[in-house]
Amino acid sequence: MSLWNEALAWLLDPVTYTGEGSIPQRFAQHIAITLGVLAVAAVIALPIGVLIGHRRSGGGVVVVLAGAARAIPTLGLLTLLGLGIGIGLGAPVVALVILAIPPLLTGAYSGIGSTDPATIDAARAIGLSEWQIVRSVELPLAAPIIVGGLRSATLQVVATATLAAYTADAGLGRFIFAGLKTRDYGELIGGSVLVIALALVLDACFALALRVLNRRSHAPSSTARSEERSI
Amino acid sequence: MKITRIAPLAAGVAVAVALAGCSSAGSLEGGSDSTSDTIVIGSQDYYSSEIIAEIYAQALENADYAVERDFRIGQREVYVSEIEDGSIDLFPEYTGPLLSYWEPDTAARKSDAVYDALVAAAPERLNVLDQSSATDQNSYVVTREFSEKYSVTSIGDLATVPVPITLGGNSEGETRPDGPIGLKSEYGVTVAFTPIEDGGGPLTQKALRDDSIQLAIIYTADPAFGSGDLVPLADPEGLFLASNVVPIASDKLDAAAVKIVNAISAALTPEGLVALNAQSVDDQSPAATIATEWLEANPVD
Repeated sequence: MSLWNEALAWLLDPVTYTGEGSIPQRFAQHIAITLGVLAVAAVIALPIGVLIGHRRSGGGVVVVLAGAARAIPTLGLLTLLGLGIGIGLGAPVVALVILAIPPLLTGAYSGIGSTDPATIDAARAIGLSEWQIVRSVELPLAAPIIVGGLRSATLQVVATATLAAYTADAGLGRFIFAGLKTRDYGELIGGSVLVIALALVLDACFALALRVLNRRSHAPSSTARSEERSI
Repeated sequence: MKITRIAPLAAGVAVAVALAGCSSAGSLEGGSDSTSDTIVIGSQDYYSSEIIAEIYAQALENADYAVERDFRIGQREVYVSEIEDGSIDLFPEYTGPLLSYWEPDTAARKSDAVYDALVAAAPERLNVLDQSSATDQNSYVVTREFSEKYSVTSIGDLATVPVPITLGGNSEGETRPDGPIGLKSEYGVTVAFTPIEDGGGPLTQKALRDDSIQLAIIYTADPAFGSGDLVPLADPEGLFLASNVVPIASDKLDAAAVKIVNAISAALTPEGLVALNAQSVDDQSPAATIATEWLEANPVD
């Protein structure tokens, strides 16, 4: 229990809230890294996922690739990239983007691909173009699953963004590495608690967003939930 | 369904555990089987330590001593008690870390002072043989280009460098007395700090060569020094604890054996140790091969 007290003392110590390397500064860096990585990953993964889902072909390859990409150990990838790119934020950002792409991609193509074919045929029959079908029919119906993919990617990135501190002076991971190496377990646990809190808050936001989306897309909530889990 | 799937897995795990048990039991029996005049040589669980131990072993075997190898034992907390209770007769150690283990409060920092303190601190029945000039300790390192451009060969020279200097290292270095704080207080050198969490490994070395950082902390025996483009800086104030290779021996080594081991320490140079480590890391040669080649090049008997 004394470890928790140390962590609490560290979290409540006013010194850790001011100056260079303060908690608010590390927190802001951590959120910036997370959002930046998600934005880049979404720009890459979502169009590909939507295209594959809409064409309803090539999905098998994506499943295999996305599954394989998930097995890449991020720390190993980070070291490899660091040897190419050098130290700084570049290597961790690329490694995190590669971490975030599989859930986003899978969410997009499985969401779009699971739209009822009869609905799409009906849309085509009333004269909608392919782009209009994607935009007005498939995307709204798939929104809960796509956001589910984004939720999963966000959780992985926000937790793994601690590795940014492996090669850069940034993020909440600095507290964890520094605490681990100096056996300052209060700082180590305090830093971890901050990451967990951030992850929980973000996840709660997604839970809320999903509830709204589910209501809007009129999907039966039970199907939506089971698909969300399969992502 | 689940049970049928798990059963073979469980059986596999059980077999693996049983095998692991056998192998460790086997090596333990090997230790107690040895006859009374066999010299048991140990090593740390560290490739460089194993190579030095193998050199001791082969040199003693060449002189017709019976030798048993008990290598890769683990960390100091594990093996020092085995040395102290006489289960191990000869062990390649490092002066500073071993002194810190026996005397945590020691004030000795520099090579000779550490060695003298170590001889005094060693338990009664253990002999600290001659220390080698080869060291395996932290050192501040710059690139050769940087060293020549700003005439930096010693840590104190950094104070005159006109460009800002960033030190890259494990995050604990930032607050340790031998980090930026020590650079400032002992040498009047001001540096910025950036964390690279690979302990002076490839990422740190790349950052140094890229000029992302200008100063790094790398072990003096790191194979990276073999390439010649990295320069360890002299540390006259003893910021880092001296860590020379030193054999620790029991009374089972007679005068002739001690002479052989001391001859090895005398022949092992800092560059020689870097070269040995490079053979292990870069060429993946086994310790026995590296040791044989070294003894052929440096005959000690």
